[in-house]
Amino acid sequence: MSATSARSPAGSVGPVTARPTAPGSLGVADGSGPDDPWRRKRRPAHGHASWRVAALWLGPALLLIVGVVIYPAIALVRASFNEYSITGLRRGSAGWANYANVLQHDDLVTVLRNTIVWLVAVVTITVLISLALAQFLAKEFYGRRLVRWAIIVPWAASLVITARLFTLMYDYYHGILNTLLLNLNIVNEPVDFLGDDRWTMASMVAVGVFVSIPFTAYVFLAGLHAIPTDVYEAARVDGARPWQTYWRITLPLLRPAILVATVLNMIYVFNSFPIIYTLNERNPGFIHDTSITFAYKLAFKSAEKDVGMSAAAGVFNVLFILLIVVVYLRVVRPQEELR
Amino acid sequence: MTAVPTSTRAPARATATRRPVAGRSSPRRFLLPLGGLAVVAVFLGPYVVMLLDALRASKDVLRTPATFWPSDWQFTTFNTVLSDTRFLNWLKTSVLVATTSTLIVILVAVPAAYFTARYKFPGRIPFLFLVLVTQMFSPTSLVVGLYRQFFELNLVNTYLSIILTNSAFNLAFAVWILHGFFSAIPDEVEEAAHLDGCGRLGTLWRIMLPLTRPGLVTAVIFTFIAAWNEYVVALTLMQDDAKKPLTVGINSYVTGYEQNWDQLFAAAIIAIVPVVILFAVIEKHLVGGLTAGSIK
Repeated sequence: MSATSARSPAGSVGPVTARPTAPGSLGVADGSGPDDPWRRKRRPAHGHASWRVAALWLGPALLLIVGVVIYPAIALVRASFNEYSITGLRRGSAGWANYANVLQHDDLVTVLRNTIVWLVAVVTITVLISLALAQFLAKEFYGRRLVRWAIIVPWAASLVITARLFTLMYDYYHGILNTLLLNLNIVNEPVDFLGDDRWTMASMVAVGVFVSIPFTAYVFLAGLHAIPTDVYEAARVDGARPWQTYWRITLPLLRPAILVATVLNMIYVFNSFPIIYTLNERNPGFIHDTSITFAYKLAFKSAEKDVGMSAAAGVFNVLFILLIVVVYLRVVRPQEELR
Repeated sequence: MTAVPTSTRAPARATATRRPVAGRSSPRRFLLPLGGLAVVAVFLGPYVVMLLDALRASKDVLRTPATFWPSDWQFTTFNTVLSDTRFLNWLKTSVLVATTSTLIVILVAVPAAYFTARYKFPGRIPFLFLVLVTQMFSPTSLVVGLYRQFFELNLVNTYLSIILTNSAFNLAFAVWILHGFFSAIPDEVEEAAHLDGCGRLGTLWRIMLPLTRPGLVTAVIFTFIAAWNEYVVALTLMQDDAKKPLTVGINSYVTGYEQNWDQLFAAAIIAIVPVVILFAVIEKHLVGGLTAGSIK
């Protein structure tokens, strides 16, 4: 089952990136055809090699992928059909019961809603702010280097640390944020950012955006640097206004970078664990959990410690992100850009 | 805070540098650095709070209402943390795991990326799709599967288990970036090397690798950071306190039983500094690496 779940996305990603030909036949056919998605605008893979030689060069990579990614994926699927004791010992086959339990879970709707809000909000806000920020950082000004370094810090800091730091800064009693807001007379009484249900998700999204911006801004910055300056010269000569230049030239030329950053962000943000787990630690149940922390808590933190059910939720998670990425790629159709 | 000298020195330097866009009004010279200062404040602000929290007693951290400046400065915390054997053990694990994983990723990804970029062979496209799909799998969503696997192999609580996990899940990105770089190198370069009697390995080592340095740098940094900051798998697999990496270990400074916020944050800063320095050193390569490798 996992073998198919691992292959089917490849099949469905295939047509998006590679166009109609089946992935299998592509490999045998000469890779220099226009259908080869991996080297548009690039040099052809010139030499031929037998699969024996190839196995030598790719062997280690294949071993690592199959051994530590594919095999655990299969182990996950196997676990999802079994019943385990609280200590993690296998009790017997569970059939589809674990899946049924996940689908019938009281908090499933809440968790799904949280997941969608978290994913859409963090990715959208991150991309928009990063676009502006990259544009700013591409300009020449004094101290630019320092600003670029400063942005690196949230990226370099571990997510758990940043999450713990924000837990403290958001705190109702001891949080610096409340002191600041009170002193500036923005609020009259402290806000319970992490305890008040109306604020919890927004507070988590803010941290999610904060830690996602550095990587995204850097990808955009790299994209901006790749745009040749003569394009802008031409636009200036033609009398384009700055806003027109941005809308008609910069954004379209930045499209590949936006695609790459959005897809990678969707994957990272969906799989993001420490922020939600840490900021949400005090709240009981699954009211503010996304499907990732939900699955984890089922196995390791909830009262029942249900490994089988957690595995079933994990299978749903993998399928969910594959589905989202595939749908996104179908909608934006990146045949041209995404190699 | 750190940016103050910049803004005061800004006008002097701004007049010295020639601006490519002629005729721009002077307000921009002040506005842009000012905007930069605001950006620095937003992104560094929380970490400045963290530093100031590391420099005061834990009780002071939990004062109501919170104050920005410490009421009493306490500089001993960094010493306390650095002489704490628990901390040194976690640091050792982090260094060991991050460097070994990075090494493995590079050793495994370079041949794979090079070979798929330069040679046609049966199974090439399926392999590249496999890599693309792996990028979507995260250790977090597979954590139960990983746990079951390492449990069966009796590898729970070993360095090997988290080293392998970090290597495997960062491989896709490295192959992806490096593949782009190898593909972009003109054939002629390699042909010349072949004519001069270089074998495949020799060509890769002496000719191709130096040409892909920005890509290598990007791959190394991404892997190192990801491994250095990995949390979920280490949290699940490493039960022996001495074997925990920093990300998991330092959380025990603040638990239900003891609340050493000063030590937590001092330890956190010690963990961040090397990474930021590493990043700052290669910042220029990073922009180049992301450009040529993944976008274009």
